Amino acid sequence: MMAEMTLLKAINTALHEQMEKDDSVVVYGEDAGYEGGVFRVTAGLQKAFGEKRVFDTPISEAAILGSAVGMAVAGLRPVPEIQFSGFMFPGYNQIAVHLARMHNRSRGLYKMPITIRMPYGGGVRALEHHSESLETLFAHIPGLKLVIPSTPYDAKGLMAAAIQSDDPVIYMEPKRIYRAFKQEVPEKEYTIPLGKAKVVQKGEDITLVAWGAMMHEARKALKELDEDISVELIDPRTISPIDTDTIMESVKKTGKLLVVHEAVKTLGIGAEIISRANEEAFFRLEAPPVRLTAPDIIVPLPQGEHHHMVDKERIKQEIKKLASFEE
Amino acid sequence: MVLDNFKDWKMETFSILDKNGKVTNKEKEPKIDNDTLVKMYKTMVYTRMADEQALKYQRQGRMLTFAPVKGQEAAQVGPMAASDKGDWLVPAFREMAAMLYKGVPLQKLYLYWYGNEQGSHFGEGSHILPVNVPIGSQVNHAAGIAYASKLKESGEAVIAFIGDGGTSHGEFHEGMNFAGVFDLPLVTIIQNNHYAISTPRSKQTKAASLAQKAHAYGIPGALVDGNDPLAMYVVTKAALERAKEGEGPTLIEALTYRLGPHTTSDDPTIYRSDEEVEEWKKKDPIIRMYKYLSNRNLWNKEKEETLRKDYKKEIQDTFKAVEKLPAPTLDEVFDYTYTEMPEYLQRQKEARKAQAKSGGDR
Repeated sequence: MMAEMTLLKAINTALHEQMEKDDSVVVYGEDAGYEGGVFRVTAGLQKAFGEKRVFDTPISEAAILGSAVGMAVAGLRPVPEIQFSGFMFPGYNQIAVHLARMHNRSRGLYKMPITIRMPYGGGVRALEHHSESLETLFAHIPGLKLVIPSTPYDAKGLMAAAIQSDDPVIYMEPKRIYRAFKQEVPEKEYTIPLGKAKVVQKGEDITLVAWGAMMHEARKALKELDEDISVELIDPRTISPIDTDTIMESVKKTGKLLVVHEAVKTLGIGAEIISRANEEAFFRLEAPPVRLTAPDIIVPLPQGEHHHMVDKERIKQEIKKLASFEE
Repeated sequence: MVLDNFKDWKMETFSILDKNGKVTNKEKEPKIDNDTLVKMYKTMVYTRMADEQALKYQRQGRMLTFAPVKGQEAAQVGPMAASDKGDWLVPAFREMAAMLYKGVPLQKLYLYWYGNEQGSHFGEGSHILPVNVPIGSQVNHAAGIAYASKLKESGEAVIAFIGDGGTSHGEFHEGMNFAGVFDLPLVTIIQNNHYAISTPRSKQTKAASLAQKAHAYGIPGALVDGNDPLAMYVVTKAALERAKEGEGPTLIEALTYRLGPHTTSDDPTIYRSDEEVEEWKKKDPIIRMYKYLSNRNLWNKEKEETLRKDYKKEIQDTFKAVEKLPAPTLDEVFDYTYTEMPEYLQRQKEARKAQAKSGGDR
């Protein structure tokens, strides 16, 4: 049986299913209990599972994430929410120095089956600190996994896999496309393995890698592209560990690589993907790999935000430039 | 001045034994069985000897940097004696006495400070967290364990340790506040040893006591003579009972003194006077516990001599055994990054091994 749902609803459904399945799963955060979160991602959970397993916390990111470490040590499977990724910094200490390290530090005694949910990304005309894309700050830390879904189907299966994972997973939610479109999603529980990219569309000329809201923009760009350019579209889905095998297989075939991301350019995930292309597919490249990203500036307030965003028009331009590249 | 109505309050320090081991607070003297009293004392002596011996090894270049505990044994042994086996110990990084009392073998502790992560694997069901280096962050872990205990109705409480410097940290506040909001079974013990490395307690906070911070969380805050093992036992026992009754956390400030350096890299003569240290030596917790036990005919000079002789050999043998243990293998330092090795990391490991074989690594 299939049901049509948004990405937001898919995450909500996954949380319901995993809480139903496993008593040790707890969901909490600022406004995440009674209200169901400022975006309503956790709506209905407190009613279904009670105030002990689904609860509001003080505004206290270090306590939200630090307590998750303790809960995991004592056998729970916490799924804390950070209300916006731009506010995770007071809790980043816990992520970088404890969540990522406790399993190694205790030589396997204490596993950290924690899934930290956080909405991220721009394009929603929000206040300062509500629009960042900070994936690099997590991907750089050994011991963490990082997931970013771009479709309702992936969102549900990845959330199930994240919660079931015995390693800590940062689950970044592209809030701009929370309700942007619906998709048929299986009603029964399923998982999508972490660390496996998806070839969204087969192609021969260019490999385009994008995730989160940028995948949505990339699909729009390809739909509108008049030129006869065959683009292979890849969504890594898991940013860390990233499945570069799938990407490199594609790059070796097309010889051209375009990475699109919403985060700023320097040391973004695009830099890592292109580095690996240089290491593994150098002699198959037919053009210098390209990063289409936000410039290295602070996300402007809404009136100027378009200067920061990557959109379908910019993606189309880069595809055309790369397709017609000549030495 | 309108603010005169909102002046600070004074707190009395709770104690049972004076520095000579004499009971000054008969009414509150706990009824601890003789075996436990002796175990408390023996753990304090064992800790002291292991600590001093480790310092010698460090000065000989055989031990790496570590954080000596000398002088703070009572502040740790009292609370652990008051706790049950299922209760959790969440240490900072100077809790050797607490860890030994709760059953961690000295070999593990030596191994950790010797530079090997295996020293932090205390075994399934040990209910002890590893040494926590980032100041104050362990209070949130303790709050999380306490939350799990409450949710699962396991009846387990949590004892967390922190230093005077740690109370300046936001993580201390966030953890205590979180525990207060949910009435969590947590007992947080501040070992106020008067210095955070070189920075005196007076530069951490304007507050008259650290214990009074509890009032902001709506919980009791007790100021206790931390060199008095019986006082620490009594107050912790009451706090644990309160925790297990579902009444919430308690904050305890243990007034104590670090007789040694902050770590072996520290030179305390730069920031404190010999006179001050000498004054605190007179309040040594081991002296007063020895006298208390002697007065009750539970201990004497012969027992002391035998004990110290046995411990000396045991401690030296333990360290020699640690010196002989193999260093972590290349596999081991990769294999615990995740619960299952991701493919890319496996490749990095193999590449590293290949480098090692070709002489790039030793």
